[in-house]
Amino acid sequence: MKHRFHDNAIEIRGASKNFGDRVIFTGLDLRLRRGEFVALLGASGSGKTTLLRMLLGLDCIDAGAGDVATPRSAVFQEPRLVPSQRVWRNVLMGVPASRQSKDRAMAALDEVGLNGHANAWPGTLSGGEAQRVALARALILEPALLVLDEPFAALDALTRLRMQDLVRRLHAKHQPGVLLVTHDVDEAVRLADRVLVLRDARLTLDLPVGDARDPARPPGVQLRARLYAELGVTHPSQPDEQPAGAVRIPEHESI
Amino acid sequence: MTGLAASPAIQVQRSGRRQSLHVGEQSRLRRGRLVGAGSTRVMLPVLVLAAWQLASAYGLINPRTLESPLAVGQALIDLTRSGVLLDSLIASFNRAAAGLLLGGGLGLALGLVAGLSRAGERTYDALLQMLRMVPFLALIPLFVVWFGVGEEPKILLIALACVFPVYLNTFSGVRNVDPKLIEAAAVFGMTWPAIATRIVIPLAMPAILVGIRYAMGVALLSLVAAEQVNASSGIGYLALNPRAALRTDIILGVVLIYSVLGLAVDVLVRVIQHFALPWHRNLGGNAR
Repeated sequence: MKHRFHDNAIEIRGASKNFGDRVIFTGLDLRLRRGEFVALLGASGSGKTTLLRMLLGLDCIDAGAGDVATPRSAVFQEPRLVPSQRVWRNVLMGVPASRQSKDRAMAALDEVGLNGHANAWPGTLSGGEAQRVALARALILEPALLVLDEPFAALDALTRLRMQDLVRRLHAKHQPGVLLVTHDVDEAVRLADRVLVLRDARLTLDLPVGDARDPARPPGVQLRARLYAELGVTHPSQPDEQPAGAVRIPEHESI
Repeated sequence: MTGLAASPAIQVQRSGRRQSLHVGEQSRLRRGRLVGAGSTRVMLPVLVLAAWQLASAYGLINPRTLESPLAVGQALIDLTRSGVLLDSLIASFNRAAAGLLLGGGLGLALGLVAGLSRAGERTYDALLQMLRMVPFLALIPLFVVWFGVGEEPKILLIALACVFPVYLNTFSGVRNVDPKLIEAAAVFGMTWPAIATRIVIPLAMPAILVGIRYAMGVALLSLVAAEQVNASSGIGYLALNPRAALRTDIILGVVLIYSVLGLAVDVLVRVIQHFALPWHRNLGGNAR
């Protein structure tokens, strides 16, 4: 089973999950190729987190079949660095100890522009720096699947843009399959090749971004409008596109 | 001030000058306060000592009730000269160290196991919480019955007293490690033993050291109690020595030694904390 889907980072068919009476998702199909950058959009409570935990092996599905390529790694909303270990040790969290491992850590830190902080304690880093360390820690494993769980949500706007560029650059270099979970439609369209929407316990939308990346041109405007509509949000700049009966929820939710 | 308010330019200038003056004044004040704080701290004890010495010298206090501070000092000097004090300190230190090692080690092991595994917690946490509430001094007669009047009951009493602070702090220290961190480590393929030794225990270390600090204090306390039961050495014995029964100078000297030891223990653990937990020092406002 493990090696049947060589090209796929994720291959899930008919996955279901309930918590008691609550259906988190049902009959969910998801395929993500290696090297592909996919964004998963969904409101809070739509089951994104549960799906993510399953992909990371922290939870299991109730029904269906799934295969996730390894190695897999993740960057979470919080950096989740070990405060008692220096930065370079944190980068090596998933790496078996060897003589060259510090050099590997330095190279990984170099990629995220933090080799000067290798010996720092995580407690002394800024939020953006800590998140870059987390990214280095995830990429050093050369993962087949990299899960990004709202990794930019806690960053300030400028740091977020820089971090997004960094992620895009490093994705192009390392080519892992990326599943980016986010609330932010603009972020999803800016980074991903394909955007999914998780709603009402299933994936209701699966759209390639293609030439719609530029938010100023018509395809970009249309794609965004469609995603906002699917998420049940009235996009501020597209009041006419709102489908009848859409529920208004805040565009950016506080986490 | 109301007259000045009519002329904003002057006001700005004045407030600017005032501000720069204020900064200088404040830093000087702060320095002054530091010195002041130090001298205030020392002042009261010195005053009390002086009053005590004067009252003793003028015969206001009966030396049988309370010897003068100078006499206490003299008693300590005599005890040091004769070597009795050093012998007593060594005997007491050995007992305290043995008890602390035994009890603290047990508390550490139990706390780690209970913190890391629900099974361990279920097995003995309730029992330990019950035992914790027993005033350990109440066990002295029982310990004498069980272990006689040698070294064992003394060391075991100190050990027993040391188990709980170390156990409780270790347990809560382990349980307070951020579960998200452990989850991340699991995602990155770390095994359970590696997570326990490289993440959980180091992060629980500050709490464990707090427990050890408490235990050291408790060891000192139980030393006093233990050494007043059929001891023939140690500082507790020194205070209760029949020959010293009427020597309030020696008793007070021993009390002084206890307080100095208490202070020393505290400083020692703070120093250990400082050097053993370099990451904890600069875990400032942006701690995660």
